Amino acid sequence: MLRIQCPWCGERDETEFRYRGDASRSRPAADAGLAAFSAYVYERDNPRGWHLEWWLHVGGCRELLRVVRHTLTHEIHWVGAPGEQPALPQDGWPQDVGS
Amino acid sequence: MNSAPKSRPPPTSAEPVSSGRYSGWRLLLEGLAGQRGWSRAWAKAVPRAGYRVVIVGGGGHGLATAYYLATEYGIRDVVVLEKGPLGLGNVGRNTTIIRSNYFQPDNVRFYEFSLKLWEGLERRLNFNAMVSQRGALNLFHTEAQRDLFTRRANMMRLLGVDAEALSREQVKALVPLVDLDNGRYPVLGGFLQPRGGTVRHDAVAWGYARAASQAGVDVVEHCEVTAIRRDGQRVTGVETTRGRIAADTVCLAVAGHSSQLARMAGLTLPIESHVLQAFVSEAIKPVLDVVVTYGAGHFYVSQSDKGGLVFGGPIDGYNSYGQRGALPVAEEVAATAVTLMPGIARLKVLRQWGGVMDMSMDGSPIISGTPLGGLIVNGGWCYGGFKAIPAGGMSTAHLIATGTAHPLAAHLGLERFAAGRTVDERGIGPFPYAH
Repeated sequence: MLRIQCPWCGERDETEFRYRGDASRSRPAADAGLAAFSAYVYERDNPRGWHLEWWLHVGGCRELLRVVRHTLTHEIHWVGAPGEQPALPQDGWPQDVGS
Repeated sequence: MNSAPKSRPPPTSAEPVSSGRYSGWRLLLEGLAGQRGWSRAWAKAVPRAGYRVVIVGGGGHGLATAYYLATEYGIRDVVVLEKGPLGLGNVGRNTTIIRSNYFQPDNVRFYEFSLKLWEGLERRLNFNAMVSQRGALNLFHTEAQRDLFTRRANMMRLLGVDAEALSREQVKALVPLVDLDNGRYPVLGGFLQPRGGTVRHDAVAWGYARAASQAGVDVVEHCEVTAIRRDGQRVTGVETTRGRIAADTVCLAVAGHSSQLARMAGLTLPIESHVLQAFVSEAIKPVLDVVVTYGAGHFYVSQSDKGGLVFGGPIDGYNSYGQRGALPVAEEVAATAVTLMPGIARLKVLRQWGGVMDMSMDGSPIISGTPLGGLIVNGGWCYGGFKAIPAGGMSTAHLIATGTAHPLAAHLGLERFAAGRTVDERGIGPFPYAH
């Protein structure tokens, strides 16, 4: 069971939240072209490590949260509001392969 | 050919192994001789410095690809590299169901191809995989769901695939355990695919490994790929924990970790990794001789020949590479199980485990070339990889051998995403955690 520290409601069980996917993608400029939009919609880094992601507190304040969570240990490093800059984990963002 | 590092053992071929032909007579004779005549089922190969084809991943799809390359396409200069021992990845972690009851015509054709290969597989591999076509029953619980399932069954029958509508009474007669009038979602009826069923999953890995090995393929265990070598826009081989191996073609068959391996080649795939749990109860007398899926939640159950109920539910719902699984989904699955089959409420769960799924962006698999020459991907299987092993292996072998997609897998190329031709069986959209 994940326990997520909602900035507005406090620490709650994961069952109050709904996962809304990768939060690291940003929408390309309108004239960026098909390849850029295709990558935006479909491609995911899918790291085995720290992951920036959206969670909707559907059973609470109904706000969208940004969460930095580890995809192997499930440890939650940071929770913030949309627009807030996430605190970088000490071992940095993983783009390395393997554990 | 790349030069091998000095520390590597000199290239040798695998010691040829003959495990003989398996049969009832052999079983009897070996029994009389004290079971001393059995030999290793497949050779423990030592990797050579180069191959025509390197297959990364010794699971169902990797081994099946190697087997069909050798036997259907005459390409025997093939090695399968497995990080651990065979059979401990997703091929041994699923709930062993085979079926072809899909809705999209392309999917029906592909999975029906697979089901037909399952039907002749044991004879062909000379290996008892306990293929049991006990039937796969999908229950429906609302009028709308009946319409949807009817449409699916009609589509299947138009394509020559078996599907039968069952009334409430017929459902009860087939599966007495089901509580038709359960308080949450009463059962209105079901659709049965009589040719669906189960297969002993680890025997699939062993059977393909033995047959591939006999056909001249090297099966190498405990050999992890650490890098993919390329020369410009072409792959030239892999680096492994047992040295460098050159290859004309590198095929990734590592569903669950496809993104990690593809990144070694500089590619980003339309895939997220998620955990799917499975459960086995304590063994009981035969109570269930068909695969049953609940239509008002994600729950599927069958009884193994050992007596345990084998069941599963939805993915945990957030990106994960942890091969375990969390309690909220376990609780949801248990609640669904007891809603549908109150009679099993007092059974104890004996084992629970998790496997890492490649959840693709449209919920359909990927058998495809890539922007890099010589790099083939077999992955994105979501929940459905096990039943697709024979067809997945055959289509991947076809792609490797001929350079063109197998006619029944032509819709599974990576280019479908940018082209807007996604194969979205459930109509969910690009949200892999929802497929």
